[in-house]
Amino acid sequence: MLYGEYELADMNGFADFHVEIRYVPNLKRLFDPEIRFYFDGMPSFSVLPAQQSFPTLEWGLNWCVAAHSHHYLVVHAAVLERNGFALIMPAPPGSGKSTLCAALMMNGWRLMSDELTLYDRNTGHIYGHPRPVSLKNRSIDVISSAFPDSIMTTPVMTESKGMVALLKPPESAVVSATVPAKPRWLVLPKYEQGTEARFERQGSARTFALIAEQSFNYDLLGLDGFNAVGSLVDQCICAKFTYSDLDEAMSLFQNIEAHLHEVASATP
Amino acid sequence: MLLLEVLRKPKHISSLRLSEWDLLIRQARSADLLGRLWREVELSGQVDRVPEAPKRHLLAAKFLVERQHDAVRREIGYIDEAMRAAGLRAILLKGAAYVATGKALATGRTFSDVDILVDSDDLAAAESALSIYGWQPVKQSAYDEAYYREWMHEIPPLVHVKRNTTLDLHHAILPITARIKVNTQGLREGNALVDGCTNLYVLQDADMLLHGATHLFHEGELAHGLRDLHDLHLMFGEFGALPLFWDHLLIRARYLGLMTPLLYAVRYSRRKFHTAFPQEFLGQLKNQPGQGSILMDFCYDRALLPKHASCEQFGSGLARVMVYLRSHWLKMPLGLLVYHLSVKSLARLRAKEDKAATA
Repeated sequence: MLYGEYELADMNGFADFHVEIRYVPNLKRLFDPEIRFYFDGMPSFSVLPAQQSFPTLEWGLNWCVAAHSHHYLVVHAAVLERNGFALIMPAPPGSGKSTLCAALMMNGWRLMSDELTLYDRNTGHIYGHPRPVSLKNRSIDVISSAFPDSIMTTPVMTESKGMVALLKPPESAVVSATVPAKPRWLVLPKYEQGTEARFERQGSARTFALIAEQSFNYDLLGLDGFNAVGSLVDQCICAKFTYSDLDEAMSLFQNIEAHLHEVASATP
Repeated sequence: MLLLEVLRKPKHISSLRLSEWDLLIRQARSADLLGRLWREVELSGQVDRVPEAPKRHLLAAKFLVERQHDAVRREIGYIDEAMRAAGLRAILLKGAAYVATGKALATGRTFSDVDILVDSDDLAAAESALSIYGWQPVKQSAYDEAYYREWMHEIPPLVHVKRNTTLDLHHAILPITARIKVNTQGLREGNALVDGCTNLYVLQDADMLLHGATHLFHEGELAHGLRDLHDLHLMFGEFGALPLFWDHLLIRARYLGLMTPLLYAVRYSRRKFHTAFPQEFLGQLKNQPGQGSILMDFCYDRALLPKHASCEQFGSGLARVMVYLRSHWLKMPLGLLVYHLSVKSLARLRAKEDKAATA
């Protein structure tokens, strides 16, 4: 259901990561089965209820990418594409990043990733890895009522994030998974109940600090990492975005280029 | 095993199929040898012959290793500072020593901690100096703490409060109870001062190799076994090119009491990596007692391979247990061994029960 659009791996080809979700062979297997994530035979620390298999698989895949893709600057941020340009949304958990990302994806933006933005510092291109979008708690209802046709997994209770459901990405996003985009808009989303949707100015120095902080390998890449964050921020127009209503938000993102120019040119 | 074939004959790299790259990257990752694999690719001039997908993994490993080396060099500076303040001298061991001396074998070598050796009389002073500079002991169970202090050749690992780096402080290279008696004082001969340091030294080449061999063949869990053996293989190659090295190596091995580890290092480096040795040197080793046995080969042939599904063979699990038992057997007398292993397994059982109770 979730993964129908993904191509099967060529068994004689090269796979970046070999992962497994296995049942834990214990007595609980009979009435309350548990699972564990394996990376090429190496077990992860946590044992989880079997209902959490899909979120665990996605978490595991994100870990694989974040921990091994040092040829990119890896940033914890959602990324979507329109007309060849990338919209990057770094944000700590709870900021409404995934909800916004899901809504944009349903409104014609191509999902590149809801978790990991991969910046190729040699070509200046952004790569994603489109996976099902992980919706948490209230955003599950928000998205399923705003987009009744959307396909998602049954929500499951997790210890770390509360309720989690995975939202299926559109076929187009999966088919164009390897197509890069040029970084263009860097937006820090924030959900605030009852507020009017608006873009606001965000200085590039602050954005630099935030990207560095939200990056998995900024420190590992050393000077390269510093330069990568610098060139990424330099290529983008930066802004904050606060919203409560998704429709309002969507209409502002329609004209993102004009809005961002406006707030960027406003005097601080 | 594909990884071994490639490390023996890096020429093979350009003829690998994608499915072989898939296996090679996985085997190298699980053996902690991805960085070294990239070194072989570069040294053999085949960078352009590696397909994009595996190349990304190799480059990622290269970045990681280079960063670890920067971090190790910084740590070395800080340790030197602490030793200088206390007026002590210390010797860097293993990986940190390879990096500090700029040995060719350092390239691509991964790290988890830094090891230093001080005179046993200086141990307390060194510990307190390091603690002033932020290295604090990791909390151990009362038994482990007492065990380290009484029997081991090192104190419990120290972790830096700010940088979270681990430092192992040794006062000998084997426990006092070990079956082979090491001339620890002898290790202080011919030390070289580390560039840019005032109080940190490294062992002379032959001793560096002998220490690596001693460590590997007394180790109970060979998580990095193949990587450490590869270190030895590269040292044989790098140091062996120096004039008179082989005769000197034999003299040092005899003098330090480390002939047996040397024999094993030569044997398994040849078996795994087909290391080239001068005939004359091999001839001189032939007359030494303790040449290894079918049982040793059964154990080490298996236990030295990485713990990866593609490397498991008949008896791998048994071989690992035997190596574990052998290492303890070598390090302590039987009575102490029995006592130690029973306390350890009891503690493990108890931890399991506690976990089950809280779950």
